[in-house]
Amino acid sequence: MELALAPETLARWQFGITTVYHFLFVPLTISLAALVAGLETAWVRTGKEKYLKATKFWGKLFLINIAMGVVTGIVQEFQFGMNWSDYSRFVGDVFGAPLAFEALIAFFFESTFIGLWIFGWDKLPKKIHCFCMWMVSIGTLLSSYFILAANSWMQHPVGYKYNAANGRAELTDFWKVLTQDTTLVVVFHTLTAAFLTGAAFMVGISAFHLMRKKHIKVMRTSLRLGLITLVIAGVLTAISGDSLGKVMFKQQPMKMAAAEALWETEKPAPFSIFAYGDVDKGHNKVAIEVPGLLSFLAHNDFTSPVPGINDVNRSEQQKFGPGDYRPNIPVAYWGFRWMIGFGMSSFAIGLAGLWLTRKKFWLAPGLRTGDEEPPRLALTKNRELGARLSKWYWSLAFVTLGFPLLANSWGWIFTEMGRQPWAVYGVLRTSDAVSPGVSQGEVLTSMIVFTTLYAILAVVEVKLLVKYIKAGPPELNDSDLNPPTKIGGDSTDADRPMAFSY
Amino acid sequence: MQLHDVWFVLIAFLWTGYFFLEGFDFGIGVLTKLLARDRQEKRVLINTIGPVWDGNEVWLISAAGATFAAFPEWYATLFSGFYLPLLLILICLILRGVAFEYRVKRPEERWQRNWEHTIFWTSLLPAVLWGVIFGNLVHGVKIDAHKEYVGSLLDLLNPYALLGGLVTLTLFTFHGAVFASLKTVGDIRERARRMAAVLGPIAAVVAVGFLGWTQADKGDSTSLVAMIVAVVALVAALGANRLGREGWAFAFSGLTVVAAVTMLFLTLFPNVMPSTLNESWNLTVSNAASSPYTLKIMTWGAGFAAPLVMLYQGWTYWVFRKRIGTQHIAEAH
Repeated sequence: MELALAPETLARWQFGITTVYHFLFVPLTISLAALVAGLETAWVRTGKEKYLKATKFWGKLFLINIAMGVVTGIVQEFQFGMNWSDYSRFVGDVFGAPLAFEALIAFFFESTFIGLWIFGWDKLPKKIHCFCMWMVSIGTLLSSYFILAANSWMQHPVGYKYNAANGRAELTDFWKVLTQDTTLVVVFHTLTAAFLTGAAFMVGISAFHLMRKKHIKVMRTSLRLGLITLVIAGVLTAISGDSLGKVMFKQQPMKMAAAEALWETEKPAPFSIFAYGDVDKGHNKVAIEVPGLLSFLAHNDFTSPVPGINDVNRSEQQKFGPGDYRPNIPVAYWGFRWMIGFGMSSFAIGLAGLWLTRKKFWLAPGLRTGDEEPPRLALTKNRELGARLSKWYWSLAFVTLGFPLLANSWGWIFTEMGRQPWAVYGVLRTSDAVSPGVSQGEVLTSMIVFTTLYAILAVVEVKLLVKYIKAGPPELNDSDLNPPTKIGGDSTDADRPMAFSY
Repeated sequence: MQLHDVWFVLIAFLWTGYFFLEGFDFGIGVLTKLLARDRQEKRVLINTIGPVWDGNEVWLISAAGATFAAFPEWYATLFSGFYLPLLLILICLILRGVAFEYRVKRPEERWQRNWEHTIFWTSLLPAVLWGVIFGNLVHGVKIDAHKEYVGSLLDLLNPYALLGGLVTLTLFTFHGAVFASLKTVGDIRERARRMAAVLGPIAAVVAVGFLGWTQADKGDSTSLVAMIVAVVALVAALGANRLGREGWAFAFSGLTVVAAVTMLFLTLFPNVMPSTLNESWNLTVSNAASSPYTLKIMTWGAGFAAPLVMLYQGWTYWVFRKRIGTQHIAEAH
């Protein structure tokens, strides 16, 4: 079956759908692994029950989430070969190595130690059990590093040469692929954004319980951990985002011009707040701008020129031959804004929360609350937010858990679509990357199957999350509080039920 | 021996490891319907692989990733050529992972039964499909001068490949039954042994047919040795199973899988994907391989990572070495 579409259109849609879906789970997995490991460490060190309860509660949500992350990840690895075989042939020599290392080093870590963690409550001493979650966390970090190194190479290919004899890119300097500025900055940005995501998740769910005055002890601790993480991650996401922007202005001026709907080169260049334009004619009809700010974002001064879309397009035509080298401008423009907007609103809500729920600093004794009561939201030293405003804040804090998920999705859509028409920037066009032997009917089939399956699983997953979120932290029993002292468990009762079973 | 030969061996090793490990856990999935008498026994079976199935599956991801890195042309032709079977495997692996993780997360019987059906089918189908895929891989498929697969889906469903699917299914189920007898306690342990005694001869007949066909078609003296090892190991596994030596039985059923997969890779070499249209269009270890530089880096990485992986994965099996019976299954939570 052949449809009247460009050969790459369906394959691109499928890649977009499966990747954005996969990346809903990835940042939560990365950040919750570390946060759960931190909570379990607190339990091991202090012996306070609230930390163990928090570990079990967030651990369970983490597991529901990582299950989806793992299974949707396999699709990612397979579809390069399935839908993008010419891409695979062209880049395999460079791109394959980080992918293989990701599996060999990171995935084995994650999958093995997660099994030990899930089933190991009555088999491992608590220090070793806790160590397992740290190993999972290291696995997630290594995994993101390798895959982002691979992606960064598509954004800015380095450390390779083109071999004309067999028509492919060949690795010449692996170290460069792993350490080029794009890789380092992208890893920094993605990881900080991941922690922003997990922190917002933690803040949202803690707020949900505290608003109802339930599970206060555990949720107060979780809220505090979430808020601090959210604020730190928010600041670092902004800093790393700024660095990434500067790198991209150098490496892919087209992407950044598109992000700003900056049609003509300007000196100094303004930052666009709102724009509505005509893509065919190449200009904006409506534009609200902050003068000079874009020059600052690109070059750290308010006067430098920033190249516009039309000029970059002309220079790329001279370099790569006739053609249209512009990505989808509205998607790039709005994707960029939604990424920043959603991400930073979450940060702002976190910052407000950190202030409002402070424990002692500049707070009258009457407004201070103990561990057993929900925090009172104090605006100034003596003044509490009114009942209605407090409720508003808690509700806002709850919904913020979804914002970073949107920000992440738009961030990826922006950076991947902003690179078009290239699969590997300046080297391989997306239209030359698809599988020539795979029919559109096959791609369409797999796209429909994946989309349907993913939609069903999304419903199942969200329902499960809601169930476990509502249930709150579990009550602890004797065996929870008395973990084994030796590996394999020290129970002499051969028939003792397992602490956890599928 | 050049680096691309080394990588052929390493990829064969990863696939062999995958089939050895996920072989028994696919088998366990199939046995949830064949062996378990009630739902509590199903849970016993599922929990024998509970802590390890995910790690087992990473052998597949590593095999695929290593193929991508070391033999990009092989990866590209294989994955785009076997599109629909791989799509089906992907769906199964997605549902299977979710099924293990989510089944116990709700108490409703319908919910749990649905996931139990899922576990059965998503273990059975990949067990068959991998055999079909490897049958085609060894036999050769229609590959043109541009290294593209030009056959259809029906071409992949030829008798030889389908027989291969039957081999993996029966062999994995047998391997799973032996594993179940090694890892369970109580009534089910005895029945697992009896089940293995029935499944073993079936697997043996099918496997001898398929491996014999392979030997007649493509074999040489080394592949004949591997075939003999596979058959002898299967007989030894049956003998040990009969004597109640479950550890030995498992070692031998595992050796059967290892020897059979080794035989397939021996008959494949030096091709990685032969073409049935024209021999000069074969994908080989040399024309499908990455550059020596990439292979060198990969060799360093794998040389460092693989032993470490086997060490800590082995440790997991040791931590969870205790047998499981119905009495060990906690109430759902």
